[in-house]
Amino acid sequence: MCFLFESFKGWKKYCEEKNQSLPETVIQYEIEQKNSSRELIYSGLLQAYGVMKDAVITGLKEDMTSRSGMINNGAKKVFNHPLSVLSPEFQKLISRALSAKEVNSCMGRVVAAPTAGASGILPGTMVTLQEIHQLSDEKIVEGLLVGAGIALIIEEKASLAGAVGGCQAETGSAAAMAAGAIVYCLGGTIDQVFNAVAITIQCMLGLVCDPVAGLVEVPCVVRNASAAAIAFSSAQIALANVSAVIPVDECVEAMGEIGASMESRYKETAMGGLAATLTGQEISKKVLIQDIEILPDETLPD
Amino acid sequence: MANKSSVFDMIGPIMIGPSSSHTAGVVRIARAAIRVLGGIPDEAEITFYNSFARTYEGHGSDRAIFGGLMDFKTDDERIKNALEIAKEKGLKYKFKSIGNSSVHHPNTIKLNLKKGERTVEVEGESLGGGVINIAEVDGFVANFSAQMHTLIIKAQDISGAIAFISSVIAQEKANIATMSVSRKGKNDLACHVIEMDSGINKITTQYLQSLPWIKELIYIPDIDL
Repeated sequence: MCFLFESFKGWKKYCEEKNQSLPETVIQYEIEQKNSSRELIYSGLLQAYGVMKDAVITGLKEDMTSRSGMINNGAKKVFNHPLSVLSPEFQKLISRALSAKEVNSCMGRVVAAPTAGASGILPGTMVTLQEIHQLSDEKIVEGLLVGAGIALIIEEKASLAGAVGGCQAETGSAAAMAAGAIVYCLGGTIDQVFNAVAITIQCMLGLVCDPVAGLVEVPCVVRNASAAAIAFSSAQIALANVSAVIPVDECVEAMGEIGASMESRYKETAMGGLAATLTGQEISKKVLIQDIEILPDETLPD
Repeated sequence: MANKSSVFDMIGPIMIGPSSSHTAGVVRIARAAIRVLGGIPDEAEITFYNSFARTYEGHGSDRAIFGGLMDFKTDDERIKNALEIAKEKGLKYKFKSIGNSSVHHPNTIKLNLKKGERTVEVEGESLGGGVINIAEVDGFVANFSAQMHTLIIKAQDISGAIAFISSVIAQEKANIATMSVSRKGKNDLACHVIEMDSGINKITTQYLQSLPWIKELIYIPDIDL
């Protein structure tokens, strides 16, 4: 019987009892629950990682202007800017996360990881991690397996959907997946991996989903960049064994609790937050179709 | 949740942005509709309801619809330019927006398609995550997901029709997952919509089609293949 990804505590216990690595338990889960095979899982994830790498390149090469005009080649501007605020690596990380997410906003091909709204975070972090540490694609795939396990638990205990849990559920979960994958790929222990997840969730808690004009553009694109930065920040903290204090399972619970109590105008409805600002409303008026037949309110049939 | 998620729900699906309900789901509605029609249409009238009515351009759902009408898959990069491609192919089209329709799901699209002399009307709902429900076909209640293999049979409303059709399918060892029957009036036409876990042979659909009381049969294998 495989592990069913119901808690991080249970995941660690299972790994220790069965003497299995984190990615191995995810492989066993997929084989047992989805009648898959090791080969199919590896080839599928290699393909997904290939699409992520392509999205990073596409966004930095091709024109990325969204239909609304709100997204306008931001990744390229960041990538080519002469001044690096921290280091060239940081600049690349930010531009890559922007790049893959801009591809999503501009109707290009991406991997929803875990959702389309968060589709820049794993590409930005994994491509940059691989480059800096000279990791193989196989190692990155193991990291993605760890990320998938993390997301399975968050889905079970909280949510991955902005309409259910706000932005924390989408970009927050993606950042947690990335942080766990980074620590795993750099040889961290199970405790360090889970600690990175806990720290990341703590940093992303409470983020609302308030997209301007309801489009997956503002603030989604820049939040993918900041989430990528937070994933690295958390990994750096976790690898040094600085404790999150609140155990990871409890952090996930907090995320679920916050999501449940969030008002619906902060959950993808474009009724609150940035969407409800003066400028947000103006943009919404310009972007949305006005030539629309509005049916009269339904009256009950006689 | 009855079904456990897959690793490829967490890292995936591979899709065309910006959102699964506005692109992937919309492409799949159109892919289902052209299978009801029996090919790529010459003319299409597309009605976007409610939430879709105002946002379909911003989310690219208009391109997604044409991607699906031309049988592109949900991860096909041509979707971005599907409107231009459709124009080049001479496909005639018209968009309509209707808001405030309380009888429709928030994300509903109605497709009126024409190919040669044949016309069909298909109403689909994009439920999120690329999952769809085909709510109506030619005015009949349909309610199928297009995730399995679907049979749509319009037949005379006679007694024993349901038992007969299901026994023929049973001969094929195809397991029926869902089945619904709706009719417009007593002794008029009834529409059977049957979702099966596995596909059935052509000879079986031909046999059913040959029966005098069966007026029309549409077979839709898994639309993502």
